[in-house]
Amino acid sequence: MNVERHQAVVVGGGPAGLAAAIQLREKGIDDVVILEREHRTGGILRQCIHDGFGLTRFGETLSGPEYAQRFVDRAEELGIPCLTDTTVLTLEADRTLTASGPAGLRKIQGDAVILTMGCRERTRGALAIPGSRPAGIYTAGVAQEYINLRNLMVGREVVILGSGDIGLIMARRMTLEGAHVKGVYEVQPYPSGLPRNIEQCLNDYNIPLHLSHTVTDIHGRERLEGVTISQVDEHFRPIPGTEERVDCDTLILSVGLIPAGDIANGSGLAVDGRTKGAFVDEHYQTNLPGVFSAGNVLHVHDLVDFVSLEAEALAAAAAEYLKQGSLPPCPLEVKAGKNVGHVIPQRISGKRGFTLSLRVRQPMKKVTLTVTQNGREVLRRKFPKALPAEMIQLAVAAEKLETTGDLEVSVE
Amino acid sequence: MTRTFTCIICPNGCEITAQYEGTRVDAIEGATCPKGADYVRQELTDPRRNIATSILVEGGELPLVSVRLDKPIPKKDIFRVMEAINQLKVTAPTVIGQVVLPDVCGLGANVIITKNVAAL
Repeated sequence: MNVERHQAVVVGGGPAGLAAAIQLREKGIDDVVILEREHRTGGILRQCIHDGFGLTRFGETLSGPEYAQRFVDRAEELGIPCLTDTTVLTLEADRTLTASGPAGLRKIQGDAVILTMGCRERTRGALAIPGSRPAGIYTAGVAQEYINLRNLMVGREVVILGSGDIGLIMARRMTLEGAHVKGVYEVQPYPSGLPRNIEQCLNDYNIPLHLSHTVTDIHGRERLEGVTISQVDEHFRPIPGTEERVDCDTLILSVGLIPAGDIANGSGLAVDGRTKGAFVDEHYQTNLPGVFSAGNVLHVHDLVDFVSLEAEALAAAAAEYLKQGSLPPCPLEVKAGKNVGHVIPQRISGKRGFTLSLRVRQPMKKVTLTVTQNGREVLRRKFPKALPAEMIQLAVAAEKLETTGDLEVSVE
Repeated sequence: MTRTFTCIICPNGCEITAQYEGTRVDAIEGATCPKGADYVRQELTDPRRNIATSILVEGGELPLVSVRLDKPIPKKDIFRVMEAINQLKVTAPTVIGQVVLPDVCGLGANVIITKNVAAL
């Protein structure tokens, strides 16, 4: 099979891919192509019709489709070719992609390959909830697609398992559409969604949130008839005797998002077990030379604004890579220290400033974040609160860094 | 009286504590920007929200098009406004920003289209 060649091939035309492609063009890379599985670009924003997008990126609050359209329009103005209805199947270490599209199978190689495939939802299978397998069990994103794009109402009496942001958004959405949301049950002792969504999606509509609770059984043959809810102990084990049946015809799962990097399986791309995304350096370059990753396929974000900004930072580095043929080596490790779940990037050069992203492991109040190198403080910042639901991002200045010695990030 | 609010203006979600008597606010603490104090004053006097939903579209590549309000409405009127919006129907193509219902329920907010849906 012939291999088509391009300077930069962007896999995925969602908010990350569009922002990266636009920025590559604006940085003088002329031959950029986007591969998109769906019929239109814009990604998951097509179904995120609520507002609150764009405050950081555009200084105004927009719905998801409006936010996406700004990037779609810009990509069109720049004439960036976008192969839609085209699914990438595999990535190889030499940056060759195999894609299936309307014209059949094709092989496309990029001098740079940009991975911006986003993430997917965890399902009932991943949780291994026992019980029967009736209709009426959906992930929050699937319910969102049915209601917002296909004009299909998923149910009337609703239980939500998990307090992820999409579940909270769907609690409000289904309430507005006339459903009765009986409650949101979260296995952790704290919510996994943003506080503002607890407020405006649950509290506004008097929807109760039950922490340290989970679904332990599912009832019904053809259609869901109810679930058993149990309280859990500090090890997330159901406490016998706390079972309670809640009648419902619909169970919505909002139990986490996982980077959708499957096409790179077998390519030798190194994956971080904590983020489930690639290991990257400060240029968002993976361990495969010329393969870059940003957005939700790298680590799951709370806000699309930060996805766009990260993809733009990636594009600036990828443009430099394409012009210079290489980027400064990044031998120094950035380690997740006390109370830090993960960090991005995992490696740095020590010669340039970079954007540090992290999440804390548990909710904390009045915390101090420190970045240390060779026993010396590189950065210290105080926060009134730190929540696992809120990604922390901050700039680390080049002047503060030494060119040897790993970094450690801690929050106490 | 003292009450703690979670500000919904931006994703920071500041926890803001207000001391107040009726609608008179005596002290506000915890807001990291001026919008937080404004939000709390608004919550105590006249809580408002924006809403987003979708309406039927005829002859489009999708059966629905998303809409929102161009300014927030009183919280107590949300379901009344939803009822009014549920009566609406448009014909494709639709354009972002297009007003489909001006001054919904006399509340001063317009219902606007938030997605470009191409005609079939």
